[in-house]
Amino acid sequence: MNELLKSMSPVGDAAGEDLSFHPPDVPLAIHDLTVAYHRKPVLWDVDLDIPEGKLVGIVGPNGAGKSTLIKACLDLVPKTSGEVGIYGKPYKNQRHLVGYVPQRESVDWDFPVSALDVVAMGTYRRLGWFRRVGKKEREAAMAALEQVGIGHLAHRQISQLSGGQQQRVFLARALAQDAKIYFMDEPFAAVDAATEEAIVKLLRSLNEQGKTCLVVHHDLATVSRYFDWLVLLNMRVVASGPTSELFTPENLEKTYGGQLSLLNDAAKALSHATR
Amino acid sequence: MWTSFDTWIVVTAALCAVACALPGCFLVLRKMSMMGDAISHAVLPGLAVAFLITGTRASSAMFLGAAIVGILTAIFTQWVSKVGNVDRGAAMGIVFTTLFAVGLLLIVRAADNVDLDPGCVLYGAIELTPLDVVKVGGFDIPRAAAVLGTVLLINFGIIAALFKEMRLSAFDPALADTLGFSSRFLHYLLMTMVAVTTVASFEAVGSIIVIAMLIVPAATALLLTRRLIPMIAIAVGVAVIAAVLGHASALTVPKWFGFDTTTSSGMMAAMTGLLFGLAWLFSPSEGLVIRWLIQRRGSDGLHEGASN
Amino acid sequence: MRRVRTELWLRRWLVGIVVCLGCLAAGSPANAADFDRQQSLALTGVEWPAPEEVWEVVALKNYNTRLVVLSTALLGVAAGLVGSFLLLRKRSLMGDALSHATLPGIGIAFAIGASLGGTGKSLPLLLAGATVSGVIGVLVMLAIRNSTRLRDDVAMGLVLSVFFGIGVAILGMVQTMPQASAAGLESFIYGKTASMVKSDFFFIASVAAVSALIAVVFFKEFTLLCFDDDYAASQGWPAFGLDLLLLGLVTAVTVIGLQAVGLILVIAFLITPPTAARFWTERLPKMMGISAFIGALSGWLGASLSALLPRLPAGAVIVLVAASLFVISMFFAPARGVIGRWLRHRRLRKKVNRQHLLRAAYELLEARTRQNGNGKREMPIINVPFSRADLQSKRTWSPRELARIVRSEIAMGHLEDAGEGRLRLSEEGFGEAARITRNHRLWEVYLVKHADIAPSHVDRDADMVEHILEADLVRRLEEELRDRDAWIPSPHLIQ
Repeated sequence: MNELLKSMSPVGDAAGEDLSFHPPDVPLAIHDLTVAYHRKPVLWDVDLDIPEGKLVGIVGPNGAGKSTLIKACLDLVPKTSGEVGIYGKPYKNQRHLVGYVPQRESVDWDFPVSALDVVAMGTYRRLGWFRRVGKKEREAAMAALEQVGIGHLAHRQISQLSGGQQQRVFLARALAQDAKIYFMDEPFAAVDAATEEAIVKLLRSLNEQGKTCLVVHHDLATVSRYFDWLVLLNMRVVASGPTSELFTPENLEKTYGGQLSLLNDAAKALSHATR
Repeated sequence: MWTSFDTWIVVTAALCAVACALPGCFLVLRKMSMMGDAISHAVLPGLAVAFLITGTRASSAMFLGAAIVGILTAIFTQWVSKVGNVDRGAAMGIVFTTLFAVGLLLIVRAADNVDLDPGCVLYGAIELTPLDVVKVGGFDIPRAAAVLGTVLLINFGIIAALFKEMRLSAFDPALADTLGFSSRFLHYLLMTMVAVTTVASFEAVGSIIVIAMLIVPAATALLLTRRLIPMIAIAVGVAVIAAVLGHASALTVPKWFGFDTTTSSGMMAAMTGLLFGLAWLFSPSEGLVIRWLIQRRGSDGLHEGASN
Repeated sequence: MRRVRTELWLRRWLVGIVVCLGCLAAGSPANAADFDRQQSLALTGVEWPAPEEVWEVVALKNYNTRLVVLSTALLGVAAGLVGSFLLLRKRSLMGDALSHATLPGIGIAFAIGASLGGTGKSLPLLLAGATVSGVIGVLVMLAIRNSTRLRDDVAMGLVLSVFFGIGVAILGMVQTMPQASAAGLESFIYGKTASMVKSDFFFIASVAAVSALIAVVFFKEFTLLCFDDDYAASQGWPAFGLDLLLLGLVTAVTVIGLQAVGLILVIAFLITPPTAARFWTERLPKMMGISAFIGALSGWLGASLSALLPRLPAGAVIVLVAASLFVISMFFAPARGVIGRWLRHRRLRKKVNRQHLLRAAYELLEARTRQNGNGKREMPIINVPFSRADLQSKRTWSPRELARIVRSEIAMGHLEDAGEGRLRLSEEGFGEAARITRNHRLWEVYLVKHADIAPSHVDRDADMVEHILEADLVRRLEEELRDRDAWIPSPHLIQ
C-alpha cells in the first residue's frame, strides 16, 4: 500500500530522465509538439524555447491553440507527439517548479469553500497525502491573499466574490505554490481595471524575483506594455522573441491572417506602442 | 416454434420502441436523457392515485394521472433546481425517488383490493399482451398494440408538425425564445410525450424497456450521423431491430444455459445495448476501430515527417 | 481559525455518531422473546401500532429491530459523507446508473450460488456479484464518456437501462430454478429491512464504517478533485484514480444499501442528505457533518417506521423521511434556504425604499432652501414640512407603496406628522437623510470619475464612504461635489 501511494505521490521524488535536447537552465523547452483532438490537429510541430525570467505573452487568434499549449505543457491533454521539458526534465518530475492558473470558468464557484481554502489548495502538493492543512499552510495562503490585495476577503465563500476577486484568488493559489515558472490561462479575461492593474503589478514583482510567467493573452492593445517576450501562435509558432523585435505588422498579419478588424486593433496598438 | 403470438409480441414491442425512439432523439439532443428515467419511475404515484380514485384499471384515468405526474416531475425538477439553487441532476434524483416512494406506498395500500404489482410496472408482461384483444376494423388486434400504435401516431404527428421548432429549441433554446417559439412550451410538450409513451408502454412492456428505447437508439444513431433526420431514421431502425432480436433471443439464449425462456422486455433492452456497442466499435466516422486505425497511421505519418 | 474549528467539529460529530451506534449495537444480547414479538409485528398489517410498540422500536428495545435500524443509520452516515462528494462532483445521477447496473450481478451470483448447491441466498455472495457488475457499469460509463461525443447523461441512461434490462432477463431465467422461489431477489429492487442475521449486520456495518472513514481520511484530496480536477491533475494528484476511488465508495454504499433500500431508491440515500445539508452552510466540513446526520436520522426513523408497518416497503419509507428533511432544509435553513433568502431580499428592498424616501425628502428640502435663499451657496438646509404629493413627484411610487413606506418611517421615528396631512423629518431622520444623500452623491461621483479603479469597491449600503475609500480620495470627491453645488457636510466629521 505504501509503495503504491509512493508511486502515485504528487511530491514526485523520482529523479527522472534528462531530456538531452533540453538544457537544464531553460525554464520551458518544447520540441516538435503536436496535439490533436479526435481527428483535428490543434497544435502542429511547435518548437519553442523560453529564456529564464521573462514575462511571456502567448498571443494569437481564437482557436489558435493557446490554452491547449499550456494544457499540453502540464500533461492535461494527451500529446500526439513531441516533448516538453521544464528545466530540462519532463513535467511529471518538475511539478514543484510549476504554478498553474486555470481559466476562471473552469470551476463551479458555488462550491462550499472559502477564498482561503482555495488558496490553501496551492500547498496541497507539498503536504502530500492525508496530511491536513495546518497553521503554516494557512499562513502561507493568507500571505498570498494579502499579496493580491484581498486579504480581507479570506473567509468569504467564493461565490460572494466578484469576477476580478475570483481571478485574484486563483493567482494567490498559484503564488502559494511558490513555483519558478507560472502558466496562466487568460487571467485578464473579463476582470475589472483594478484587478488588471493588480495582476500586472504581481507579474512585475514575480519578474523581479527572476521567475518566468507564461500568460495567455487576447488583448493586442496591451501586449506591448505588459510583456517583454512574445509567442505568436496560430496552430504553429509564428514567431517567438523579445516584444520589441516581434511586435510588427508583418508578424501580426502572419498570425492573424485576414482577420481585418483584429488587424485594425493591432495597428492601433502599434501606434500606441511606438508613441 | 414461431407462432402468431410471437409475431404480435414483436409488433407490439416494435411499436413501443419506435414510439419511444422519436421523442428520445430530442431528449438526447437536449442533454436530458436521465429525464426519461426520472419520468418513467415517477409516473407510479399517478397510476396509483388514478386507481385509488376510480377503483378500476381503466386506461384513460391512469393515462391522465400518469401524464400529470410526468409533467409534475419535470416541473418539480425545474423548480427545485431553480428556487433551491440545486444541481439539476441532484434535483431530478430527489424528485423522482420521492415520487416513486410515494407511488410504492400507495400501490401497497391499493394492492389490498386488486392485483397491481409494482413489479409489473418495471418489467411488464409482454408475453401476455396477445391474450387481451380488441376489434379494430374487423381484425382482432392486441389492445396493447392498438394503444401503442395510437401513441406512435401521435408522437409522429407532433414531431412532424413541430419539427422545425423542436430542432431549433433543442439546438438553441434562447434563440427559439427570441423568435417566439416558447422553448418552455416545447420542453413540457416533450416531457408530456415521454410521460404518455411511458404509461402506454408500462403495462405491456414495462418501464425499463421504455428508458432503454428512449435513450439507446438515439445514442446509437448519434454515433452514426450528425444530422437530425437521418438520426431519427436510424434510431427508429435500431429500435425495431432491437425489438425483433430481443424477443428472438429471449426464446433462444436461455436454452444455451439450460433454462427455458426469459422476459422479452429485458432482452430487448439488452439488445439495444448490443447494437450500441456495435456502433461504438464500428461507426465509420468515429468508431473505436476506425479511430485506432487513424491514430496508428497518423503517428506513422508523424514519424516519417520527423525523419525527413 | 474558523476552519480548524469546523474540521474538528466534523470529526467529533462523526466519532460521536459512530460511538453511539456501536454502544447500542453491543448492548444487551439477543432475546428470544423480543424476536417472537418482531415476528408477530410482521402480521399486524398497515394499521397503526400501539404507542408502547412505537416506543419499543424507536428506543431499540428489540434486538432484531436494533440490528436493522443501526445498520440503516450507519449506512445513512456513510451515504451522507460519500454522497457529499458525489454531489459536488456533479455526478449524483451516476449513483442511479450504478445501482441499476448491480442487478445482473445479483442474478448471476445467485445462479452460481444455487448451482454450487447452496440456496444462493448468501448475502455476501450476492453483494459481491452486485459489486462486480456495478463496477463494470461504471467503467463502461467512463469509457463511453471518454471515447465518444456522447455526454454524461447519455452514458448514464444507457448503462442504467441496458444493465437493468440484462438483469431483468437474467432474473427471468434464474427464477425458473427450483431454489429461486425462496430467494426473494425482488427485495433487492424495492428494499426490505424485515429481518437480518448478526453476520449480515456486521458485514453491512463494517463496510459502511470503512466507507465513511475513507471519505473523511481523503477529505483534502476529494475536495481538490471535486473543486478543480484539472488543477489537481496539474499538481500531480492522480485525478482519475481518485475518481475511481470515489466511485468505488459509491459502489460500496450502494451495494450495502441494496438490501435495505432497494436499488431504485438507494440513490436517494446518496443524493438527498448532502443536497439538504448544502442549504445549511457554506463550509464543506460542516456540510458533510450535517449530511451524515441527516442520513443517519433518515435511516433511523425510516427503518423504525417500516419495522412498525412491515407491509410498507422499507426503501420507500426511508426515502420519504429523507425527502421531508430535504423539504424542511430547503425552506427553513437560514444560510441558503428559500425563506431565509426571501427575507433577506425583502429586508434589502425595504432598506432601499427607505433610503429612497429619505433622500427624496432631503432633496426636496434642499431645493426649497435654495429657492428661498436666492441660490446663495452653502445655506444651511432648513427642515420644513412637506406634503405627500411633493414626495410622490420625486419618484415612481404608487400612492399605496408610498403610504406603506411613510408608515414604516414614522414608526422608525424618521418622519413626523406635521398636521394638515403634511410630514416633516424628525431630528434623527434629518441627520439620516443628510448622511444617505451625501453617501449617495459621493458614490455617484466616484463611479463617474474613477470607474477604472473598481466598481466592486462601490458599497452603497456602507455606513460611511470613508470606511471603504482612502481619506484622500474622499476629499477629492468632496471637492468635486462642492464645485457642483451638491456638497453636504458629513454629519460624522464634526469632531
